Amino acid sequence: MGRYVVQRLGQMVPVVIGTTFLIYALVWSLPGDPFAAKCGDRPCPQNYIDRMTAEYNLDDPLPLAYLQYMGNLLTGDFGQTFSGASIADELLQRYPTTLQLTVLAILVEVVIGVAAGVLAGTRRGGFLDNLVLVSTLVVVSIPVFVLGLLAQITFGVRLGWFPVTSDGTLFSLVLPAIVLGSLSLAFVARLVRANLVENLRTDYVRTAIAKGLTRQRVIGVHTLRNSLIPVVTFVGADFGGLLGGAVVVEGIFNIPGVGNMIFRGINAHEGATVTAAVTVLVLVFLIVNLLVDLLYAVIDPRIRHA
Amino acid sequence: MRGSARRGAVVAASVGLALVLAACGGDDDGGDNGSGGEGGGAGEGPTGSVSINSTQPENPLIPTTTNEVGGGNIVDAMWTGLVSYDSETGEPGLAMAESIEPNEDFTQFTITIKDGWTFHDGSPVTAQSFVDAWNFGAAGANAQLNQYFFGPDGANIAGYDAVAGQTDDTGAFVPGSATAETMSGLEVVDETTFTVTLGSPNSLFETIIGYSAFYPMPESFFTDQAAFIEHPIGNGPFEFVEEVPNTSINLRAWEDYPGDPKPQVENIEYRIYADLDAAYADVVANQLDILDKIPPAGLAGDVWKTDLEGRSASEPLTTRFTSLTFPLTNTEAWADPNLRKAISRAIDREAVIAAAYGPGNYVPATSWVPPGNDGYVEGTCGEWCEFDAAAAQELYAQSPGVQGTLLISSNADGGHREWVDAACTSIRDTLGIDCQGDFNPDFGSFRARVNANEITNPFRTGWVADYPSIQNFLAPLYTTNGSANDGGYSNPQFDELIQQAAGLEGQEALDLYNQAEELLAEDMAIIPLWYDNGQRGWSENVNEPQFTWKGYVDPLSISVKN
Repeated sequence: MGRYVVQRLGQMVPVVIGTTFLIYALVWSLPGDPFAAKCGDRPCPQNYIDRMTAEYNLDDPLPLAYLQYMGNLLTGDFGQTFSGASIADELLQRYPTTLQLTVLAILVEVVIGVAAGVLAGTRRGGFLDNLVLVSTLVVVSIPVFVLGLLAQITFGVRLGWFPVTSDGTLFSLVLPAIVLGSLSLAFVARLVRANLVENLRTDYVRTAIAKGLTRQRVIGVHTLRNSLIPVVTFVGADFGGLLGGAVVVEGIFNIPGVGNMIFRGINAHEGATVTAAVTVLVLVFLIVNLLVDLLYAVIDPRIRHA
Repeated sequence: MRGSARRGAVVAASVGLALVLAACGGDDDGGDNGSGGEGGGAGEGPTGSVSINSTQPENPLIPTTTNEVGGGNIVDAMWTGLVSYDSETGEPGLAMAESIEPNEDFTQFTITIKDGWTFHDGSPVTAQSFVDAWNFGAAGANAQLNQYFFGPDGANIAGYDAVAGQTDDTGAFVPGSATAETMSGLEVVDETTFTVTLGSPNSLFETIIGYSAFYPMPESFFTDQAAFIEHPIGNGPFEFVEEVPNTSINLRAWEDYPGDPKPQVENIEYRIYADLDAAYADVVANQLDILDKIPPAGLAGDVWKTDLEGRSASEPLTTRFTSLTFPLTNTEAWADPNLRKAISRAIDREAVIAAAYGPGNYVPATSWVPPGNDGYVEGTCGEWCEFDAAAAQELYAQSPGVQGTLLISSNADGGHREWVDAACTSIRDTLGIDCQGDFNPDFGSFRARVNANEITNPFRTGWVADYPSIQNFLAPLYTTNGSANDGGYSNPQFDELIQQAAGLEGQEALDLYNQAEELLAEDMAIIPLWYDNGQRGWSENVNEPQFTWKGYVDPLSISVKN
């Protein structure tokens, strides 16, 4: 088990180096001059442009600039945004917000998704089953920005149940989290339902029923546990998708998270900002997926990590 | 930015729908959950808290390097300059200055400042505070974004060149080339008096120094810049409280502010929005108090008028001007004035505005200077700015015509794609030639092409004035080598008139500026399109705020409802 973890951590190093280089190169190759729009309808003073170009190594060839950037990164220096703010500080302020949002979204997706899946799976062909199937189909087919704006206008502006935009409280993240988690919620519900239906037909379940166990115990302990493995895999992989989807949701609800930062960084051609934010996203994603793999062994004792 | 445009349309549609529903259902209007109107003591002082939409300042809050809206609004609230502009008329009036006395030919000014003013940290505001700040801003080595305001393009203070240093062929600053640290034209006489000598006569000096680049700086700024950036210190009506990164910048009314008028509101939160649509939704729901710009999604179909009924306004901005510029230096294709005039007369401005911004939301331009500025004369452009299909066709027939498709370049975001397409339709229908928009995705990539002088077809030019004066609408834009002369227009007579006008005052100067405008009409190298209107909204928690000549909210006019 220990060796397995070390091995997996070792594999992360090339992945992180590869992604940072790709992101850095992509932002680098964005067309246009980052300082062209800084002075409105007239060119910026040349000495300002020169100072910024020198400060951010924008004149060096790409590999050299990347090496300088990585060198700084290894010494813990994340660099600065064009307005002179420390990127490390900004990451520290923004990550908790985005993580809160993502974790809330996962809670929404797992709790509601699994519950809906169990309800549908145990009453196959019934009214509840059809309701879950149709409603998840609707959610899957609506793009997240439409859902976000509709939710904002209906529950925020019109009904006033939730704050329209983020005001820094956890409560103001609830509506965005529901929006963010809704798509995955639909997938989770369908996954759980399908697996449950399949597992309910297996021999060991028939045995359990024949033994005289209660229905609750048969479904809750014996069947559901085995049905959750694909769900855990999905949620783990989906974690990255949620962090990415946060770019849209954070924009609609004005949440000061990482998505906002990446969006702004791309617009301003701030290679250092985008790379730093995405690198941390990649790290979080890798670690979450490692945890998911370890979780398999907990859910299904037959799986062992040598 | 297609995604955001689509999203915008949905906001508009659904907010509109929500309103229809509200109207039918007789819903209570939930106006009590806003952030403002906390009341406070019954005394005289400023009360309550308000929130205003803002963008993240792009530069540190140092006046000489703040040139964009997000930082500019906060800097303007935190500082009081020698001169300030009247909110309504843009007329400059003395603020921190006791008097500004020019000599006969406007080359030397003696400035006396009011006694007893201090910065927020208690240190006194002296003549030295101004002189040091100006020298800092002008120094080439400091690379401040507003550096040019001290040079020939702005106030043109004597000795600027020595402080600004040399530039090489590409315009880059040569390190170590500055031969002085202070401009010879600035001389401190005593604690409250200093004289300014200019490199050339400038009757507009008093107007120019109201710009934020000319604000005074406390001594602590020069000793510890890092600390200053953490906690900026000004001398204005509001003092810095804190910055919640990426969320808000909070100011508080400064108790000891000696100026007039005094702040009426105690706390101002400049709330940072990455997306104007989110701010719009907030102000509709009374969760944001003041919104100084309505997003295109709100303007479309005039939904903002119903969304914000009784708490919104639209008025002409005296500072903004949109035009179409012909490139004259990198191509011969537009050398014939008749061709330029034909295109101008082929654009039905009223119809284009209606299609792109909603009818009447902008005002068709008939001159190069928006109304509200001293020296504005209606119709200096004459018939050349009037839509007339027959006349346009006649002019076009006399010209060499357009080779191939007429392209109009612009950035596609910010609602510009819409008007370029509408203008092309108008030109196509009138002249029977092909016309197409040539778009860059964002302002930055578009301006990069303009700055590099790469565009060989007409392109969009917009101008936001730095200070309210007819001079600012003409000199930087159309004089040979003007700092914002994008098309390379050059007319020695025009340059001559502008230079003469700078040495005169009052109506005499204005007459010369108007004569210069007539030259622009003869050449039509820059086609006036329209003057912008500003639309804004506010919550039910505040009284109607006033907006400055720049079109942003005047912090001194804000008050909460009791």
